[in-house]
Amino acid sequence: MILPLRMEAVSFAAGGRAIVGPLTLDIAAGPSTIILGANGAGKSVLMRLMHGLLDPTSGSVVWSEGDPGRVRRQQAMVFQHPIMLRRSALANVTYALKVAGVPAVERELRANEALREVGLLQVANRPARVLSGGEQQRLALARAWALHPEVLFLDEPTASLDPSATREIETVIKAFDAAGTKIIMATHNLGQARRLGDEVIYLHQGRVLERAPVDQFLSQPGSAEAAAFIKGELPWV
Amino acid sequence: MLSAIAEGLRLVATLDLRLWEIVGLSLAVSLSAVIFATLLGLPLGAAIGVSRFPGRQVLIVTLNALMGLPPVVVGLVIYLLLSRAGPLGELGMLFTPAAMVVAQTVLILPIIAALCRQAVEDAWREYEEQLRSLGVEGMRAALTIVWDIRFSLLTAVLAGLGRASAEVGAVMIVGGNIDGVTRVMTTTIALETSKGDLPLALGLGMVLIAIVLALNAAAYLLKEAAQRRYG
Repeated sequence: MILPLRMEAVSFAAGGRAIVGPLTLDIAAGPSTIILGANGAGKSVLMRLMHGLLDPTSGSVVWSEGDPGRVRRQQAMVFQHPIMLRRSALANVTYALKVAGVPAVERELRANEALREVGLLQVANRPARVLSGGEQQRLALARAWALHPEVLFLDEPTASLDPSATREIETVIKAFDAAGTKIIMATHNLGQARRLGDEVIYLHQGRVLERAPVDQFLSQPGSAEAAAFIKGELPWV
Repeated sequence: MLSAIAEGLRLVATLDLRLWEIVGLSLAVSLSAVIFATLLGLPLGAAIGVSRFPGRQVLIVTLNALMGLPPVVVGLVIYLLLSRAGPLGELGMLFTPAAMVVAQTVLILPIIAALCRQAVEDAWREYEEQLRSLGVEGMRAALTIVWDIRFSLLTAVLAGLGRASAEVGAVMIVGGNIDGVTRVMTTTIALETSKGDLPLALGLGMVLIAIVLALNAAAYLLKEAAQRRYG
């Protein structure tokens, strides 16, 4: 177990401008965590700080597991725009398994199982880059699925997809949750937050303004900023 | 003039032995140089492309500047190294095809490395977060990207080949343009033109252009096919 994750007085600045923090957060196993906030609130940066893609300017990000290699292997991240290598869908998944140190004999089996999970088994041998946007995003989820991560970060995974592709992605995210993976997802789609999330962390100008169960947050936001955000986003739910 | 062109065409068409020996040596030397420069230049360029270290910008500017290295200067430096009094004189390589391969390798290594560095760096910008998220860093990231953009890197290799097969200064100095030993297309053209034997010079010129055209056409078609296949 690499959870819980503790962020202690973490801040991140770029070019002399504070983008996130200072903030202190504990992320425990279990409930799906949705990071909500307007564009520029620092959602993506916060997730990258958690995932280790960015180093905090000050403060510390500490997992309960001490071995950095294991911490790395127990996390996966799905980005808004999936990046696929110029090889088959299957090979993209086996590549990730190879990097993770999975023995060669297991890779194809696990990759196929992951592709079946996201409904892409029939395109396993197609080049990944010629798949549709929704299929590529599902492939990104399959790549993460095959790794059996303890924590899955999702950075607005459906922001550039149509409603039907979005539904398919959400189904897979629910399957991750059901399989025991901790979901940490940034979105500004309130409907999605309600469908997939258990708790909400609301970011405003790089700070955590509110943390509450999703139903409570949406019905009775505890701050004027959050209320305005919900009101502003509602027409698009 | 017209008769010289006609004679040149006849030499090409009749598979004139002397002409084809020269063509063969040219290709052997330049292709060998391209192979060595590719084996050294792609990993070098890729490593610079994905890494960050002090002095990196100076190295990149230097590498880019070396793309314009004058062949005669390369020839001169290799000549001094390989000449009997030079540090590598004991190898006895001067005025051999091997010396020409060395000179052309030095000449085109910066071209292949610099173009590869640029291509890998552009790709790295796109792939970095995803690869780091998967735990891929350093040389493994460099090799993954090189393999992923391998068809684009063909352009870098071709630029090297074009430079190698077209240059005359370096092979002239370190090869010595010895008939039947180190005489290649470009040095022959230079010599025969100064001697007034235009048909052979023109015939070789036509072959040289045809080879460069054919290689570029093949690479273009391969790249297009790969683009359609892999996206």
